Formats: sequence, C-alpha cells, structure tokens
Amino acid sequence: MKLTVNGTPLEADVEPDMPLLWVLRDELNIKGPKYGCGIAQCGACTVHMDGEAVRSCQVAAADAEGAAITTIEGLGQPDSLHAVQRAWITHQVAQCGYCQSGQIMQAAALLESTPAPTDDEIDEAMNGNLCRCGTYPRIRAAIKTAAQLLEES
Amino acid sequence: MGRVKTIARRSFLIGSALVAGGVVFGAYVVRKPHDNPLLEGLGEGEAALTPYVRIDADGVTLITPRADKGQGAYHVQAALLAEELDVELADIRVDPGPPSPIYWNTALAAEAAEFLVPAQGMMRSTAEVALGSAMKVMGIQVTGGSSTVPDGFDKLRAAGASARETLKLAAAEMAGVEAADTTTEAGHVILPDGSKMAYANLAVAAARIEPVTDVLLRTPEQWRIIGKPMQRIDIVAKSTGTQRYGIDADIDGMVHATVLMNPAQTGPINGFDATEARKMRGVIDIVPVTGGVGIVADNTWRAFQAAQAIEADWGAAPFPATMDEHWGTLAASFDEDHRDSTKRDDGDVEAALAGADEVLEAEYRVPYAAHAPLEPINAVVRVDEDAVEVWTGTQIPRFVQANIAKITGIDANNITVHVAMMGGSFGHRLEDEVVKQATEIAMQMKGTPVKLTYSREEDMMHDFPRQIAMARLRGAVKDGQVDTLDLSIAMPSITLSQLGRQGQPAPGPDSQIVAGAWNAPHDIPNHRVRGYRAPQLAPISSWRSVGAVSNGFFYNAAFDELVHQAGADPLQERLRLSARHARAKAVLEAVAKMSDWQGVLGNGRGRGIALTESFGVPCAEVVDVSATENGIRIEKVWVAAEVGTIVDPVNFENQVMGGVIWGLGHAMNCEITYTDGIADQDNYHVHEGMRLAQTPEINVHGLEVGNVVRGIGEPPVPPTAPALAGAIFAATGTRLREMPFANFVDFE
Repeated sequence: MKLTVNGTPLEADVEPDMPLLWVLRDELNIKGPKYGCGIAQCGACTVHMDGEAVRSCQVAAADAEGAAITTIEGLGQPDSLHAVQRAWITHQVAQCGYCQSGQIMQAAALLESTPAPTDDEIDEAMNGNLCRCGTYPRIRAAIKTAAQLLEES
Repeated sequence: MGRVKTIARRSFLIGSALVAGGVVFGAYVVRKPHDNPLLEGLGEGEAALTPYVRIDADGVTLITPRADKGQGAYHVQAALLAEELDVELADIRVDPGPPSPIYWNTALAAEAAEFLVPAQGMMRSTAEVALGSAMKVMGIQVTGGSSTVPDGFDKLRAAGASARETLKLAAAEMAGVEAADTTTEAGHVILPDGSKMAYANLAVAAARIEPVTDVLLRTPEQWRIIGKPMQRIDIVAKSTGTQRYGIDADIDGMVHATVLMNPAQTGPINGFDATEARKMRGVIDIVPVTGGVGIVADNTWRAFQAAQAIEADWGAAPFPATMDEHWGTLAASFDEDHRDSTKRDDGDVEAALAGADEVLEAEYRVPYAAHAPLEPINAVVRVDEDAVEVWTGTQIPRFVQANIAKITGIDANNITVHVAMMGGSFGHRLEDEVVKQATEIAMQMKGTPVKLTYSREEDMMHDFPRQIAMARLRGAVKDGQVDTLDLSIAMPSITLSQLGRQGQPAPGPDSQIVAGAWNAPHDIPNHRVRGYRAPQLAPISSWRSVGAVSNGFFYNAAFDELVHQAGADPLQERLRLSARHARAKAVLEAVAKMSDWQGVLGNGRGRGIALTESFGVPCAEVVDVSATENGIRIEKVWVAAEVGTIVDPVNFENQVMGGVIWGLGHAMNCEITYTDGIADQDNYHVHEGMRLAQTPEINVHGLEVGNVVRGIGEPPVPPTAPALAGAIFAATGTRLREMPFANFVDFE
C-alpha cells in the first residue's frame, strides 16, 4: 500500500485490514502514535487523516491508502513546536506522557475546527482520550493557552 | 581501579572514584559492598560506592537506580543534584544505571517499619536502620512507596556538593590559584580572573585528588532550584512524541511476540492447537510458555491476530471461581485464627461498647481493581549463549536479573537490564511475568531479540490487581462526640502474594493490612484497629498507595458514620481529635480554610472530608458534589498535604492532582470481578477510571512544616474515596459503604 505520512510518501506491504497504528509503528517505525487499548477507548493512537483526528487502531490500512496522515512527529518537533505542543510544555502537562501524543493530536484537531472552544466543547472533544496519570486539569488549561497562541499567530 | 575517601555525613558517606574518562561521586550505603559494576577491579573488602553522578567528556550524568514511571523521578533527582553541583537542570543527562545490589532503598525500608511516633525519635530511627539492613542483605532495588525523594534528598545533594568542591580544587590546582577564590556556575568553575573551566575538562583531574567531603549543604534560603517552579527535564520529549518507552524499543533483528495466557490468571494450560495460527501471515513461531502460549511474528498486530486463532485447553484458576466465594472468605476471616495484628488499642473498647446506649455496626467493601497503566506491559529480551540483554520498564531490575538467571542458567553478571521510561505503572511494573515469558520465548530463538507486548486484554485480565478487602465497624458516641471506634479489617496479604511470586519470604504481620487506618492521627478515647489476614485468593499486588487505599476509606467512612450519629461536624470532630498531632491538624486547618468549610451543606449539595496518613504524609481532602438530574457531579476538590520539603512545586501539584483523579476515578468506576475464576473486565470500556469530563476543579496546597522530606506519589489517593462518599451522603443521604460507587449511585 502507499500512504503519505507527515508529507513523505511511504510504502508498506501489509494486509488491507492491518490497523494503521501497526503499519505506522511496526512497519514504518513511526513510534509517536501509541498502542493503549486497540478498541478506540483510550485515544493514545490518535493521528490526523486528511486533517481529521482518527483512532489509528480503528483505521484499516486499506482505508488509509492515499490519505495524508499526520502523526505527532509531523505536527511539530522539539525545534519547531506546534502551538499545542508549546502550550503543553508551558503547562507541563505530561506525567508519564504515554497518552500525550494522542491528547495533543486530538487537541490540535479540536482547535482547527473550533478555534475558541468552551469548557463543554473541550470536555466533549477530549473525553475519549484517557490519561491514567490524571493530567486532565492541565490538559484543559493547555488547550486554552494553545487557542490563544493560535489566535495571536 | 577505584580509590575512595570518605567522611561521615548523617547516616551515609560520600566519596568519589575514577572511572573511564571521568569521575563519579556518590554515597557509601553499604559497608561490606556487593560488587559494583562501575568499579571493576576493586579488591575484596575495599569499600565501594553507589555512584550518583558521573562527570566526563560528555558532561554531567545522573546515575539513578530509581525508575521513572511518570512521576518525574528522573527530574526531581536531577534537580537535587543540580542544586549543589551548579549545573543547569537541562544539561543533566540521565543514565538509569545497571542493576546492582549496591543500590538499596532506605526510605522504602522506613515505610515498612512504620511507627506511631510523630517525631523522628530514637525508636523510629533504630527500626529504620534495622530494616534497612535486612533489605541490604536481600539486595532489593525497588522503586515504590513514594520513596524516591526521601531516598535521594540528602544523598544527591551531598554528592553534588562534594563533586562541586572537588572540581573547584582540581581547577585551582591546574590554574595555580586558591580553590577558595573560585566559584561555580552552569557546569563551569569560574577562576578569579573570570575565565571558565568546564566540568567536563576537569573530570579526570578531579578523580585523581581526594574528594572534598567536609562541605555544608546549602540552606533552604540559598536554594536556587529546590522549591521553585522548574521545567521537567522530560517535558519537551513527552510533548513531541520523541520520548521512547519500553514498547518503542527497536533492537536490530527484533521480532514481535505476544502471549495467550490462561484467562483464569495463573491457571495451567493443558494443551493447545496452533495449526490455524501457524498458517497466518507473518507468524514465525508458536511456543509454549509458563501458563500459556507465546506467539512470535514479524509485527505485533499479526501476533495478536494469531493468538486469537489458537485453541487452548485451560485448567481452572487456583482461587475461588466466584465473587461470592471471595467475599465469603473475607467475611469468615474475622476471627482469632486469622488475627494478623492489633496495632492500635487505646482505652477499653469492649467495656465502652458494653456500656454504650447504642452500638453502631457497619460493613465496608473494597473490590479488586486493575493498575492498567496506558502502556501495556512489554519487554525485549535477547538470549545469547552466555549472556542476556533486556530492555523493559521495570521497578524491580534486580528481581528481573535474578529471574532471568534462574530461567536461563546464565550468570546474573552477564545479564544486562536496560530500564526503559515507563508509560505509567501505579505498581503494575513491580511484577515481571512479561520478562520471564519473553525470556522463555527468546531461549528458543537464541540471538534474536524478542519484543513481547501484551494486548490490553491480556494485560488487564492478568493485572495482579489491587487487594480485595472488607472491614467491620463497631462504634459508639457519647455527649455529641466520637467515643469508641473499633475497626477490623480483613484482606489477603499483599506482601505475601507479591513477594511470594519472587520467591521471597514475607515474615511477620503484614502492616499493609491496616496501613492508613491503625495510624489515624486521632485520639479517640476507645480506639482499636485490628488486622485479619484472609487466605490468599486471586493474586494481588501493590496498587498506588497499597493497603492505605482500602483502609483510608474504611477508617474515614466508619468515622463519618459515628460523627453523624453524634450530630457533630466531620471537620470539627477530626480537628478536635487530632489536636495533639501537629502535622495532621495543620493539613486539616489548611483544607478547611481553602475550601471555606461551612459544614456538610445539603439540598442537593454536599461536602465530605477525609484525612489519612500514609507514607509518612498526612493528607486531608474536601470533596464538593452536586446531585443533578443526570447524577452526582463532582464540582471541586481541595487537598492539603504535608511533605516537609517540596522539591518541584509544579511536579508536586501534578502528582497530587493525578492522585486525586486516580482515587476518585477508581472509587467511582472500577472493579475487577471474577466469573469462573476469569476476570470479567478486559479493557478500558469496562474499567474506565476517570475521564476528562468527570474531572473536577482541584486545588492543591503543600505544607512544609515537618522536618523530614516525603514523597507525594501515593498519599493523595487514600482520602479521595471517603471524602467523595461523605459528600454524596451529605448531598443525597445515601451512605456508600462499598466501591465502586457507580454500582449504587449514578454519576454525571
């Protein structure tokens, strides 16, 4: 199959029903998206597919063919941070950090569609992303900061 | 070859040693040391060092035996070192260090020997020393018990101070100036003329001179890092997807494996048929492992898929099949035969109850619950002819090493364990079944690194959950006050279950059966807490705050019932009874002030309060709820905890908030139950914890009134459930005596 990840065209020889998550992690060695549950209950595997936040554990390889995939690595790097990542650093959101790739990708998609989300909109958009360490208060605050950063830029 | 000079500093000795290309500074924590892997060539009987910092051409490296499972352990240790060493926090590298018996954990031993002595008196000190010695002998290197900060607070600063002064001396000798005329800043010695010499360039010279050890540690007024907000050293990596965890390990030639285990945890496998699975794409091999089947493939998902195609014949669980039997076993354990301890027995409980107008009786339950850190359990193991290499996130690298040695017959000295960053643990990574299974698989394909990843389902169903526990209250009130509280707690021994899996003895009473209850900082006239050791049921393990999570609930819930009976106020009665316990009283007063406590409220609003002392930390919490049409909504939580010294206020607040969310989420939503000996919960949809939308506003206040530094990873957990239960009672009149609360009330 052919797919575009973070702007780079890539090929993988996989069965059509292999979840995108495992194509990324085990075939393409892109480790930012994480495996947490495999059933769309935790959101750790969240990536953008054609701009939409999706659970990559639920996207079959065949359905990702030809799509533009963005992972946390493509959102921003330590020397070229996305506004959401800057906000995450400012608020020091992460504890173990394992869920944060998915949280950040989900938040970035939210702010793309809803630049100034209300508390309820944040709760609704982020409720599918589980954090076992309990960083939720900081996630809420960081999303508001990111919204400001994006507005200013 | 190491060469060492020491002086006594408190209870440990600081020294330095020459290592390849540089110098290490550290502490002597054992007088007759085990082999130190960093000091090869040390003669028999010579002292060896537990190195904390290495300075070489690469700069400054923190060498830490303490695992980072997300609690910021690397960060806070780096901060302690940087405070005295005068190096920028961001410039410190972290090396988890090879497992070595010279790393032993003083603070964890202190917790095991908990005494009801508010001051750090002689009795407590003596017990700490005695138990510390026992753990030395066992060579325990464990991260847990909220012990990272207490363990490193003095040692890391002392190592940093000694290193700093020795580097100054080395610089002074090289430059021909007086050491006293030099200063240090940002990884450099500054000479009188203002020129700078980098630590990295002084390391070898520093190793050749006697370390300066008569250094006074800086006072809190002089601290430039400790107590100030700082940026966690891993925060950028964890915000950009560049942090690598154990599950991300990518070793040359690696294959991907998973296991299919008996769904009845620890039950046997009688046979299996993998004919169909072997035909599936990418499957490399399918081999038996202890208690199940190992599936090796070229991709994790393909291994998961093949596991589903295996037909296995499983034996029954070696514990009762149904929850009725589990609860029945606990209920039958409140007798003299099962008495484990009577650690609290003030006044005359029996006489008081006999003379009471009314005896209040109640029973409380806490179910099994999974740790379920978001990163599933995993390990990479490569077995060669006479050596093994392991990459895994573990809190117990020494046990990992010993168990691999046992399985492979390879000398432990030839087993290298790389401790990976962990995507959470909460106690889950105090177990090492995954490493044993990966080793069993790797032995059958020598030279090939085998990455074993549990599916979420295998992980949750084989979690070694939190203890199941039951408590019974008998109590009485008098003149509007709590007069008699007699609490009996029954649970299987967590310590016995956990250490038993490591082949270690667990002699004597298990203090965890009553931890967080017997030491309640209240002077009730007639006050008794007894522990009953139930027979072992499902295998259990340490779960964030261990015994205190169940017992903090039992004690506070029972206390609240008596307060209600007495017509007293839950805060005022706790304050009255803690008058002689300064730190406990301080956190109660603080949380009362923060929350502007005006009583329990009512009319659809409710407030509850709870206080526990665990891991040496008194922690008080107020929970505020509303009863809405859609169920209970948790509005706000206030927390006050006393930890002596807060190293990083940002990390402190984050840990406390996380502990509150952990405690509330599981109290509301989570249990592991067994049907036919098989866990009914296999993924997050049925074991959810807390999600963002349910998360209340949380206000945190750390107190620094005590003179002993304490960890904060666990103490915020025990008060959450009882404070929530108290709030729900105040709002609705429903008394919750059993978790998870969602079985009895709806939550929004």
